[in-house]
Amino acid sequence: MKSTKTIIQAKHLVKIYKIDALETAALSDVSFTITQGEFVAIMGPSGSGKSTLMHILGCLDQPTFGEYILDGKSVEKLTDDELADIRNQKIGFVFQAYNLLPRTTALQNVMLPGRYANIPKLKRLETAKKFLKMVGLSDRMFHTSNQLSGGQQQRVAIARALSLNPAILLADEPTGNIASVQAEEIMEIFKKLNKSGHTIVMITHELDIAQNAKRIIHLKDGKILDDKLNGKK
Amino acid sequence: MNYLELILESFGTLTLNKTRTGLAILGIVIGIGSVIALMSLGEGSQQAIQSQIQSLGSNLLTVQPGSQRQGFVMGAQGGNTTLTFDDAKAISISQSITTVKNVSPELSRRTQITTGENNTNTQVIGATPSYMEVHKITINNGSFITQQDVDGMTNVAVVGPQVATDLFGDGANPIGQNIRINKKSFTVIGITVSKGGSGFMNQDDMIYVPLTTAQKQLFGVNYLSSIALEAKSAQVMTQTQDDVGYLLLARHNLKDPTLADFSIMSQQDILNSASSITGTFTALLSGIAAISLLVGGIGIMNIMLVTVTERTREIGLRKALGAKRKTIINQFLIESIILTFSGGAIGIILGITTSIIISSLIKINFVILPGSVLLAFIVSAGIGILFGWYPAHKAANMQPIEALRYE
Repeated sequence: MKSTKTIIQAKHLVKIYKIDALETAALSDVSFTITQGEFVAIMGPSGSGKSTLMHILGCLDQPTFGEYILDGKSVEKLTDDELADIRNQKIGFVFQAYNLLPRTTALQNVMLPGRYANIPKLKRLETAKKFLKMVGLSDRMFHTSNQLSGGQQQRVAIARALSLNPAILLADEPTGNIASVQAEEIMEIFKKLNKSGHTIVMITHELDIAQNAKRIIHLKDGKILDDKLNGKK
Repeated sequence: MNYLELILESFGTLTLNKTRTGLAILGIVIGIGSVIALMSLGEGSQQAIQSQIQSLGSNLLTVQPGSQRQGFVMGAQGGNTTLTFDDAKAISISQSITTVKNVSPELSRRTQITTGENNTNTQVIGATPSYMEVHKITINNGSFITQQDVDGMTNVAVVGPQVATDLFGDGANPIGQNIRINKKSFTVIGITVSKGGSGFMNQDDMIYVPLTTAQKQLFGVNYLSSIALEAKSAQVMTQTQDDVGYLLLARHNLKDPTLADFSIMSQQDILNSASSITGTFTALLSGIAAISLLVGGIGIMNIMLVTVTERTREIGLRKALGAKRKTIINQFLIESIILTFSGGAIGIILGITTSIIISSLIKINFVILPGSVLLAFIVSAGIGILFGWYPAHKAANMQPIEALRYE
């Protein structure tokens, strides 16, 4: 690894869910760092806390205890609006269920984060077209999300996640809802992005998908089981 | 955040889901429209009742016979037979009464009228020429009953436009035609100008014959059902009421005014008793309007709550992509304003149109109170905006992941 700039620093993260009087620890004392240019897969069975971890890394949720430093800035005690800015500027999030706006064109979906960053419309349009071309959807820009296949929708979601040039790309089971041929296309895009310098953290429970990453973190019962470089690479 | 772009985008979002937008607008249209139509119709009917009472004549006093008394048993008011043509003559020639302009002795009964083909049941009024003056009747075609008709007891009749239509059909000229009243043949000599109105004391649905003919030939009586008096001005009404009262008491040999076998009512008395009726009517209508405003408001509240709550996940997604609380709330506020204002505008138009159609069907004047339109609009728009804002505000305050998982 050439660059050593730390992008993610997780310190003793704990997340406790409280349902009525019952307390469940989804994460108990998770610490790790991720530096620029890494491609990390987080693996684990369901209930291992990997989704919870991802939501905390994506600033969609707050840890109960512990500190999370993203790109040199602690997100603890940030206001709702400051967190919104961080999600907008620093994080590109790819969801398992794509989460595109319904009945909206691919182009408009990719342009959406730019609107919240107050980027002029023409510039947004240009950027959106560039990223849709990159994920191979130049000919589908004006299709609405319900007219696209699962794989195509996920590629729109990736273009959307990249549109503001985030410090890190987070993907929560990006291939979970997609047929395997299309899943491979998605992985090719991820590898290409990583090669061009993007930092990627991806959750998956499928080993063959995880094999695309350079580093694999195994979670179990809210704890890190092991954290090692992918031997195959 | 650029507001123009936000507004344009809100229009875009609203046109994306046409069913949802349509339902929300429909809820607001019905809410506002029904309130406006109800309030307008209520006000229209109230004004119709008042104007009909006023159209009976101005400065009008009506002398009616009192109740028939047999020992201590009182009969119905007006049922007595004590008023005569001579009483009416005495009022008009009396030296002591100077404030009366016209005296109209009348005998009215409901009876069946037939032509060869059609028949109708209506009010037949035995009248003298002064009836026209006192009741402000104008003749559209032909002439009214003359003194010669009264003196000669002729079989002529003047019909109201409603009667003419009922008997001869729309637009036909009834002058010179024969009609049969109580099996006696009459020639139509005139038709009155429509005064409008319906039901209650409809002066278009009347037929006038000479008083003497009505008394002797039709009904075989020699009394009057009322004497209508036109006072010279509104100021002398009370004096006229007193003067005529004393004259009639003297003529009927009664010393105690409490034993009078007649009563004199001014038009103001009729208006007063009618306004106590219309007061109840107004209260009823206000109640109905308040209920429909409430029902409309609840309808608007429901549709806004459902459509915005349904979009909680969308709000979560927008937050995840970096939208701030204020941006999201502004977006939903603008969408709610567009919905309520366009729904409100359609609702106002629909309410007014409905009211115009119904008032023309039931023949009352169309009246619209700007205040009621404003009230209906403000209440409905307020509810629409409040319940569009509230679920959006709630969703915008959630952690994005909570909103995204919302079912």
